Amino acid sequence: MKLSALQQSYLNRRSNSFRGSAQLDSAADGSVKSPAAVFWLVLHGVCCLISLVLGFRFSRLVFFFIFSTSATNLYTAPFRGAAEIASHLDVRSTPVTGAADSVPGNMTAVVASSTSRVVVGRHGIRIRPWPHPDPVEVMKAHQILERVQREQRALFGVKNPRTVIAVTPTYARTFQKLHLTGVMHSLMLVPYDLVWIVVEAGGVTNETASIIAKSGLRTIHVGFRQTMPNSWEGRHKLESRMRLHALGIVREQKLDGVVMFADDSNMHSMELFDEIQNVKWIGAVSVGILLHSTDSSATIQREGEEESTPMPVQGPACNATNKLVGWHTFNSLQYVGRSAVYIDDRAPVLPRKLEWSGFVLNSRLVWKDVDDKPEWVKDLDELDGAGEEVESPLSLLKTTSVVEPLGNCGRQVLLWWLRVEARSDSKFPAQWIIDPPLDITVPSKRTPWPDAPPELPSNEKMSVGAQTQDQQINKHSTKTKTPRTRRSRTKRRHDTKVIGVQASTLSVSEQQN
Amino acid sequence: MGPLKWALLGVLLSASLFAIDSVELRRNQPTERISGSAGDVLEDDPVGRLKVFVYELPSKYNKKILQKDPRCLNHMFAAEIFMHRFLLSSPVRTLNPEEADWFYTPVYTTCDLTPNGLPLPFKSPRMMRSAIQLISANWPYWNRTEGADHFFVVPHDFGACFHYQEEKAIERGILPLLQRATLVQTFGQRNHVCLKEGSITIPPYAPPQKMHTHLIPDKTPRSIFVYFRGLFYDVGNDPEGGYYARGARAAVWENFKDNPLFDISTEHPTTYYEDMQRAVFCLCPLGWAPWSPRLVEAVIFGCIPVIIADDIVLPFADAIPWEEIGVFVDEEDVPKLDTILTSIPPEVILRKQRLLANPSMKQAMLFPQPAQPGDAFHQVLNGLARKLPHDKNAFLKPGEKVLNWTAGPVGDLKPW
Repeated sequence: MKLSALQQSYLNRRSNSFRGSAQLDSAADGSVKSPAAVFWLVLHGVCCLISLVLGFRFSRLVFFFIFSTSATNLYTAPFRGAAEIASHLDVRSTPVTGAADSVPGNMTAVVASSTSRVVVGRHGIRIRPWPHPDPVEVMKAHQILERVQREQRALFGVKNPRTVIAVTPTYARTFQKLHLTGVMHSLMLVPYDLVWIVVEAGGVTNETASIIAKSGLRTIHVGFRQTMPNSWEGRHKLESRMRLHALGIVREQKLDGVVMFADDSNMHSMELFDEIQNVKWIGAVSVGILLHSTDSSATIQREGEEESTPMPVQGPACNATNKLVGWHTFNSLQYVGRSAVYIDDRAPVLPRKLEWSGFVLNSRLVWKDVDDKPEWVKDLDELDGAGEEVESPLSLLKTTSVVEPLGNCGRQVLLWWLRVEARSDSKFPAQWIIDPPLDITVPSKRTPWPDAPPELPSNEKMSVGAQTQDQQINKHSTKTKTPRTRRSRTKRRHDTKVIGVQASTLSVSEQQN
Repeated sequence: MGPLKWALLGVLLSASLFAIDSVELRRNQPTERISGSAGDVLEDDPVGRLKVFVYELPSKYNKKILQKDPRCLNHMFAAEIFMHRFLLSSPVRTLNPEEADWFYTPVYTTCDLTPNGLPLPFKSPRMMRSAIQLISANWPYWNRTEGADHFFVVPHDFGACFHYQEEKAIERGILPLLQRATLVQTFGQRNHVCLKEGSITIPPYAPPQKMHTHLIPDKTPRSIFVYFRGLFYDVGNDPEGGYYARGARAAVWENFKDNPLFDISTEHPTTYYEDMQRAVFCLCPLGWAPWSPRLVEAVIFGCIPVIIADDIVLPFADAIPWEEIGVFVDEEDVPKLDTILTSIPPEVILRKQRLLANPSMKQAMLFPQPAQPGDAFHQVLNGLARKLPHDKNAFLKPGEKVLNWTAGPVGDLKPW
């Protein structure tokens, strides 16, 4: 089919997804060279030249100034744009064709739709004088979002949330602060009521108490008379006993809610706390096992194996109909003989078959003299006297088939198990407070600052003294340069090779971590 | 105790009559029934209230066109095709034209696509004219009323003006032969040449299956305040800005591009539908035409639509109280959009979300295959049923002629 010139030009321009512009169409319309067309062409050319010189389209301003005195309604509407442009100083400075062509187009459009307040044609782009966010409004918007999310939680989240009772066995050691701070922060984020039972081996210490006091949570801090042994075996046994002791407290105080075991070096996701609200009596979640293995031989062994290594996840195993059929446990065979025995060993630490932290209980299971307890649960007192180690809460049950698999039947890993303790030869500062202050023993020979002393006399075994700098805030001020003559504890033979290291100094009035 | 009891009963009764109930549904979200004169209409059943006769046109008007380009089934103008298919198997269809209240002409005028998938309207007037000539020659029902009891689906940009450019469309006006017919179209703007009195506005077609496969769990918190994905400047056709969207989209960009509350960009992410479900407000500004499928998407995904299009007429405006569901912002108020949106009280926002959660609202925006009760097809039939009975001057006296068959641009008169 033959296409007219108009359609041809239109098709050429419809290579983009959207509509053709009016200007070029109207230009293409005039295929007949009438005197009027020639006149407009010449005028158009002159206007183009002038706009090129000026650097912006002036046609609107011209018409604005010419016609604004007459101030008829018909003209103010399309030139709303021009007024905006002029007032907001937002001048689109591209030299554009059709500066004069669009004007007659506008005028006819105005006449045609005079009853509508919406006008076809070019409009100005309205930009307010300060097009940046207003902090008050941002705050209001966040409040709106918070309200909407609260409503969503009320509608779709957990109805009647129960108190979460977190049981944490701990003892004072180097990394206690780091682990306990992590757990504490996770528990502080839990949107439900929470009771934190902290059982400390070796008795209650101020150290632990000061850490957990900052949480603002309701805590029950009890001591356990035995001190923590040095082996992992012994530690696991004692932790089980400490957890049972905590369950005894739950029974004593008749705490009502969901009991979960938050070991102090584990990592918990927030979804875990939402998921455990769904437990009826006893539930199991999948735990990811993170083996802190510094052994390179472990990886070599892995390559040599033919079958794929199993997933390091412990948890419930379900069949296709989402019924519990068994357990995933950790396959520790490849680590036989190479696992850590003592707490400060360098070898990987293995978990037990099924860790306590993968289980959650309804606190009523451990209560005494409650009528609606299911018949498959043993009384807590029966376990106390047991000489054997209680490896997991499954010992509380007469049959394991009643365990509810949580987290999409164990498909979601909701927490991670990790055991990391400080090495025996580590020299972390006691209680994470550096006292006396650190020595600066790094000579910065290549500093650009002119006031730097080039070399300072060395003292005994110490290396050349210091270029002390403040912590990055006052980088360019040349402040104290007193050499420190104290001993450095770290290996100085490495330090001298490192040039330009910014050693930080702590002032005498240091803050507590 | 007696009078007190009666008083309480009376209060409860009146409350239930005037108030808007909140109903617990299977998804456990309390929604609000849009009650009152407007909202109940959504649930009306048109079966039995009207009869539609579908003309049998030669397949060159419908099937052959579709065969030539099956992309017509997926673009936003596909409503004309699906309307035809729905009517063919619907209980309102009658094979006896004498008892029909409405007559439908299945001509696919929006199926001539460019390589990019956009419809060219240049042949549409001729196609429509040829179809009308055919039905007026072969059946007496057109001449009986000159089209006053006929309806046509014209989902293109400016409806029956058959042009994609607004100025040209206004110049052309509605096709003269369709002056008396009822038009079912997506375009709607008050005081505009291309919106006829008595037209039925429908939503643009959005693929229901595709949207339903992208649903995310309800409890995912809505953390985006304002969401928009699309063009702000149409660089290919309007590089300077100011024509496209009457400068409104460009104004949105310039004012809010660095505002953290506004998640706006021109990207085309694969998670577009999921992101809409995580947003509280979704912008639905005009483009080259005032309507857009964003409105449908916003309603389906529960995101409050912010409509920036002056004088727009939204789909099924007589059945859906859009003022209560969406937020209307004048184009000149776009620089103050953040102030406007943050000053809406939270209770109002929650109420709008409850209204949006109403499944009959969502159903009314969709064209599902096969048709389901309450969907857009049924809303169109409801709209047609509400226009019954035809008034007296619909039926012309024999020999009376109203339409001018030679009106319009010369190019339209060529046979198709």
